[in-house]
Amino acid sequence: MNLTLRIWRQPNAETAGKLVDYQIHDIGKDLSFLEMLDVLNERLASNNEEPIAFDSDCREGICGMCGLVIDGVPHGPSQGTTCQLHMRSFHDGQTITVEPWRAATFPVIRDLVVDRTPLDRIIQAGGYISAPTGSAPEANALPVPKADAEAAFDAAACIGCGACVAACPNGSAMLFTAAKAAHLAHLPQGQPERKTRARGMVEAQDELGFGGCSTVGACTTVCPKDIPLATIAQLNRDVLRPARSR
Amino acid sequence: MISYDVGVEISDRKAPTGPIEHRWSERRFEAKLVSPANRRKRTIIVVGTGLAGGAAGATLAEQGYRVIQFCIQDSPRRAHSIAAQGGINAAKNYRNDGDSIQRLFYDTVKGGDFRSRESNVYRLAEISTQIIDQCVAQGVPFAREYGGLLDTRSFGGVQVSRTFYARGQTGQQLLLGAYQALSRQIAAGRVEIHPRTEMLDLIVIDGHAKGVVVRDLVNGRISSYTADAVVLATGGYGNAYYLSTNAKGSNATAIWRAHRRGAYFANPAFTQIHPTCIPRSGEHQAKLTLMSESLRNDGRVWVPKKHGDPRPPREIPEEERDYFLERMYPRFGNLVPRDIASRATKNVCDEGRGVGPTGYGVYLDFAEAIDRLGMPIIKERYGNLFQMYERIAAEDPYTTPMRIYPAVHYTMGGLWVDYDLQSTIPGLFVIGEANFSDHGANRLGASALMQGLADGYFILPATINDYLADAAPVSVGTDRTEAEVRQRIDRLLKKGDRTADSFHRELGDLLWEHCGMSRTEASLRKALDRIPELREEFWDRITVTGSGQELNGELERAGRVADFLELAELMCLDALHREESCGGHFREESQTADGEAKRDDANFSYVAAWEYGKENPTLHKEELTFEYVHPAQRSYS
Repeated sequence: MNLTLRIWRQPNAETAGKLVDYQIHDIGKDLSFLEMLDVLNERLASNNEEPIAFDSDCREGICGMCGLVIDGVPHGPSQGTTCQLHMRSFHDGQTITVEPWRAATFPVIRDLVVDRTPLDRIIQAGGYISAPTGSAPEANALPVPKADAEAAFDAAACIGCGACVAACPNGSAMLFTAAKAAHLAHLPQGQPERKTRARGMVEAQDELGFGGCSTVGACTTVCPKDIPLATIAQLNRDVLRPARSR
Repeated sequence: MISYDVGVEISDRKAPTGPIEHRWSERRFEAKLVSPANRRKRTIIVVGTGLAGGAAGATLAEQGYRVIQFCIQDSPRRAHSIAAQGGINAAKNYRNDGDSIQRLFYDTVKGGDFRSRESNVYRLAEISTQIIDQCVAQGVPFAREYGGLLDTRSFGGVQVSRTFYARGQTGQQLLLGAYQALSRQIAAGRVEIHPRTEMLDLIVIDGHAKGVVVRDLVNGRISSYTADAVVLATGGYGNAYYLSTNAKGSNATAIWRAHRRGAYFANPAFTQIHPTCIPRSGEHQAKLTLMSESLRNDGRVWVPKKHGDPRPPREIPEEERDYFLERMYPRFGNLVPRDIASRATKNVCDEGRGVGPTGYGVYLDFAEAIDRLGMPIIKERYGNLFQMYERIAAEDPYTTPMRIYPAVHYTMGGLWVDYDLQSTIPGLFVIGEANFSDHGANRLGASALMQGLADGYFILPATINDYLADAAPVSVGTDRTEAEVRQRIDRLLKKGDRTADSFHRELGDLLWEHCGMSRTEASLRKALDRIPELREEFWDRITVTGSGQELNGELERAGRVADFLELAELMCLDALHREESCGGHFREESQTADGEAKRDDANFSYVAAWEYGKENPTLHKEELTFEYVHPAQRSYS
């Protein structure tokens, strides 16, 4: 198929960016979207033009490194990550707009690459269980009901791609934060630090400049791992409940 | 063609020699300690944040060391360990099915085709149980039974059920556990983390590893960091083949640069080709996707009996199908080790019985399992894998059998280390896939996660003290390394007419063809003739746009491909010199009557550790002795 790509080009955070059009021909429908960009980049580089910078690594939907806004939608038209999107989702002659994540907390580094380190800072503010190496009890000493383990896993599936922030009109990271809180709150091992964890992470996201959550739910429509909106309600409960009530 | 010299033999002097079950505790007792007050005066550099690096960084910081850590991704949570699907082995014997440390040790030595060290493998089996305890305490959501206890499943090459798993995303969950532990130490100020930063060289002062030269991938700044010891946890070199299941960014630069500075490279020819990956579809393909080996628990592998059978799979009646793994290996069936399954798959395709548009594929069929267990159980076990397959192949594996074909997945070779995980450069430690230890000539499924975490959480933090206790404090002097790194970057920044990717693809095809699933003297010689030419062409024609002072993917790729072009030659040379077959290294000249790998213990029962040389490398042999598991022809039939 032949396509027109309208791609965001921006040399660095300090310089203004703009959309630039590229024509691309003879793209097979079995190519992934990122492989299509590889083909374009190979062409640009061969002509001594600067290739388009974009992030990707595992290319199987698990590392969370890739993330493009395609025709206005984070990760594009199919449910899943950008790397799992294939050209069969598009039609011949289509014009496709490609932009980076748009959020004040994710400054553009170059072209389609943004800085998502604020997400790491949220985890550093409490998104863990303090269990120094060597101090663990026997693994089966503490049974975890299967349903709890499953619910913990559903939340733990978050890949930290940041699509939720990019989709949110408030630029809130609440789904990301809630996913980590819910993962650990569903497990008995996570109980001792449950309240401090929830408060620590929420305070961190406020300090980092992420917006507040007004339960719009745009985050869940783009989340490639289907993190449920209910995790946010649970996080709110953990934050609002007085510290001494357990 | 390149030749090599034979140097003096080397040996591991760190493993105690008493009864094998006491060696690890004895070593921990013998190893010197560093007092808590002195630990905070010591700095350790850790490169990489995967299972091994993440676990090591967190644990060393918990012990009180000051840690400086680097990763090339934008976050330590994205290291490629995250993509591991199937599970992690541990000799817990929760199933009461006859498992034990002894049996995990035996299975691993045998699975590795008797090319690993007994002491190391025993220790790995011993530590396996502690890893599960540690990960559960961190909140890793492993699969559970209805009673709330941990569930396990079986994996290739073994007859017990010892693999712990978290759906098909075990690597992700284990890595998040390590990442969270690391995050706690970053918050505590004990780990200084540098994401989007690439190690480009090792600083060696007076024969000791004392630091690294890195490039900030965002602004291109080159800088040096010094420390009391350096730990490399930078993964394997499977991407030398261009197409592999590794992440796009996975590369060999850190270990290759360390090799050039004096660290021996062991068994570079030992690469693992995983039997169950989604077949290639076209020339622009950027990587291959693994389908977890756990699928072989319930999926049955088959091809049509008739050559070039054009019928769709469901129209081929049972009696016209060849379930070739079950036929050839009735005892293990579809669960034979990876090397054996891969070779059998290649052979049926070479016979002309492969399926799919290219003829390079076999079916992995779940119809029988769905009949036997019902759709909900199959969905629960493999749902996300089936979904992943459907997205890529646009076929529904619940109704149409998957098509699979082998792909490069893991490298057993790596930098040579002793029992303490220290390389031949004092002060340089190598952990996880980046070292050569434990898996011999073939790794068993669900053992990579086990090894990475054993190295990072438990082994390195116990052994590194012994070095640090006596190591001289870092002396910051002038060093040429940084200047050399700058010169190399300047050499790469030029306007030629071929991109790094195009060289990488050509190198990958060459390796796959001549140093892939089966190897011959003639094909390896061909590769060894071609690689130096390709390397020369690379430096002549490479084109890298942009500058060194900015985010520049072309420059990053060019530097990595330049290193792959050197490493590939050593891989082929090692494969050529090892005239026996063993595990994943299959030399066509050395096979049994029924086509299995035939070892030659009389001549090749050693680790090949290669020393870098400007002209030729030097081979140092480490003799392998087996006191507990007696080498025999591996048999899974």
